[in-house]
Amino acid sequence: MIKIRNMLAIIACKLLTVAGRLAGKKATSAPGAIAMKISPTILKDLSSQLKGPIVMVCGTNGKTTTNNLLYSLFKSQGKKVVCNNVGANMLPGVAWAFIDKASVFGTLKADCASIECDEASLRRVVPHVTPNKIIITNLFRDQLDRYGEIELTVSVINEAIDKLPDVQLILNGDDPLSAHFDKGRNCMYYGVDDNCNVSVRETKEGRFCSKCGAELSYNYYHYSQLGDYFCPSCSFKRPSLDYAARNVDLTNGMSFDVCFKNQKLPLKLNYRGFYNIYNVLASLCAFSESGFNTDNANKVLEDYKPQTARMEPFTVQGKTAILNLAKNPAGFNQAISTVLSDKSSKDVMIAINDGAGDGRDVSWIWDVDFEQLKNANITSLTVSGIRKYDLAVRFKYAGFENFDIADNNKDTLKKVVSGKGEVSYILINYTAMFETQTNLKAISDKEEAGK
Amino acid sequence: MKITVAHLYPDLLNLYGDTGNITALVYRMQKRGIEANVVNYGINDEVDFDNTDILFLGGGSDKEMRIVCSRMREYRDKLKAYVEDDGCVLAVCGGYQLLGTSYMIGDETVNALEVLSISSAYSPDRLIGDIILQSDLLGTKIVGFENHNGLMDIGDYAPLGKVICGHGNNGKSGYEGVIYKNTIGSYLHGPLLPKNPVLTDYIITKSIEKRYGLQTLTELDDNFENLAHDYIVNKYTGD
Repeated sequence: MIKIRNMLAIIACKLLTVAGRLAGKKATSAPGAIAMKISPTILKDLSSQLKGPIVMVCGTNGKTTTNNLLYSLFKSQGKKVVCNNVGANMLPGVAWAFIDKASVFGTLKADCASIECDEASLRRVVPHVTPNKIIITNLFRDQLDRYGEIELTVSVINEAIDKLPDVQLILNGDDPLSAHFDKGRNCMYYGVDDNCNVSVRETKEGRFCSKCGAELSYNYYHYSQLGDYFCPSCSFKRPSLDYAARNVDLTNGMSFDVCFKNQKLPLKLNYRGFYNIYNVLASLCAFSESGFNTDNANKVLEDYKPQTARMEPFTVQGKTAILNLAKNPAGFNQAISTVLSDKSSKDVMIAINDGAGDGRDVSWIWDVDFEQLKNANITSLTVSGIRKYDLAVRFKYAGFENFDIADNNKDTLKKVVSGKGEVSYILINYTAMFETQTNLKAISDKEEAGK
Repeated sequence: MKITVAHLYPDLLNLYGDTGNITALVYRMQKRGIEANVVNYGINDEVDFDNTDILFLGGGSDKEMRIVCSRMREYRDKLKAYVEDDGCVLAVCGGYQLLGTSYMIGDETVNALEVLSISSAYSPDRLIGDIILQSDLLGTKIVGFENHNGLMDIGDYAPLGKVICGHGNNGKSGYEGVIYKNTIGSYLHGPLLPKNPVLTDYIITKSIEKRYGLQTLTELDDNFENLAHDYIVNKYTGD
């Protein structure tokens, strides 16, 4: 009976996915949700067939990149991997990823899994899928109207972990909020063990010791609350790092050594953004701790192509335009920091929408250090998106006197990228991403188009 | 002319862009040649009420509100005297709840500052969303975003405005916020002032009146502010 129900669920899910694709949609949530309705045990039945490791990736920022890096590492070992890298990160999306790798008879054809999981969904996913490892990338303030205050996020993650007595946690040791999940559990820590002087002025979460409540002190900050912290009044401090990035050089691309277990893996990455060091460390740690050999990991990590709109370059009229998605103050401040590290003259466009996927509340733009862009060698500034006027007020009050306000469309993008600057940066939030990317592709130079 | 803005505990009360209120006050004073002096207070600092013209209290998480509440109760009498003496206060979100006699976290009642005889109960469901008020005092609409568990009962006090769209004080009364003398409390969280220049100027005017006597503020170009304000109004009311 269960077997027939599972077959029906799998067939329904696969048919709906194909139907969705024919209609031009990449829907995975709806087919996954319907499959779960037909057979509530389908996900458990499939995930329990896995012999190899199941890793879940959780946290505010960096989930998708970390999960994709881990997927690439598993693939490099010739493994068949269950991964929701094309789909949603809530329960139906996870169900879809497993069904995608299952035969209609309910047999899973995969060796291991790397699953991105929304913080609020983790407790709903773990009753169906038992992870061997959970990566927690970081915790930042994010879409308060969707997630509530950060303490709430901490408590729902704890609730999920409590259901998993054998899980190993892979934690960002530089983040006092993530390190707080230790509580004597089985943990590995990663972090950046150099003072790289990349810090910008911004709001810091978790400024208080989770053990005694005193304000934390720092030997140095990387960004937000990430850094080498210690509590002046009790023993809480950054844990010793099992996977540490050292000798970080950001001057030409990004290079650093990952030091772990008396090994040293030198990396030179083509993609940018300080935060990517954490994504690399987290995925490498999960991979290595799953018992895989890391000898060729450097090639996989170096060859990785950042996904859609993560500092994604386009060529328009012979010039480079860089598209970057950021969804919250920590992400935006990191994007601004990356813009600042590029000394070229530049045209900058910022687009903010307030769709359901963004959070309807755009108050957070006042927590972004847009003032820093005054030092970014900017030749023009354009504010755009559904909430362009909120941005206009933000920049006006930040002391910018000359900027354009325009709708986010092809004409605006053309005007921005053909400005006087040597490059252009287009910083956007979630629901603005797809149309902006489509428009940039459309105006890109021929040989670049359709890449 | 110099106006001093006391920003209480920006390290703790900064849940969602609260500092935008300070930015708006400073910008609109400086454009008019008024010297804007912002004092950021840390939790252990002593607030200099004699040299404060506008006091801003933002919102924080439950944990942070508790720290602030217990610290502020130590000098509650001075704050009360400042309010009664027509000192300007803007308290948003969690800060609004601190002004009352008590607020609740789940089933627990927390004694607050008793500056106003108002108090808030707790709703398990958060009241979240864009909100629009009609303010008779300002003769305009006030727009913002609310996100609170508190259900405020303002008793006989005057509200900041009548709810046109959204939940307001408790989702039932039809009113939002409170205004008593020059003290304004509101659930409209984070950056309330940038999109409501009339309210910003009202607070600036009142602070100047108290220290220097009544004066008329020069007009500023509020085109962007009004466009951002009207986006919310049009989205929900279509006018």
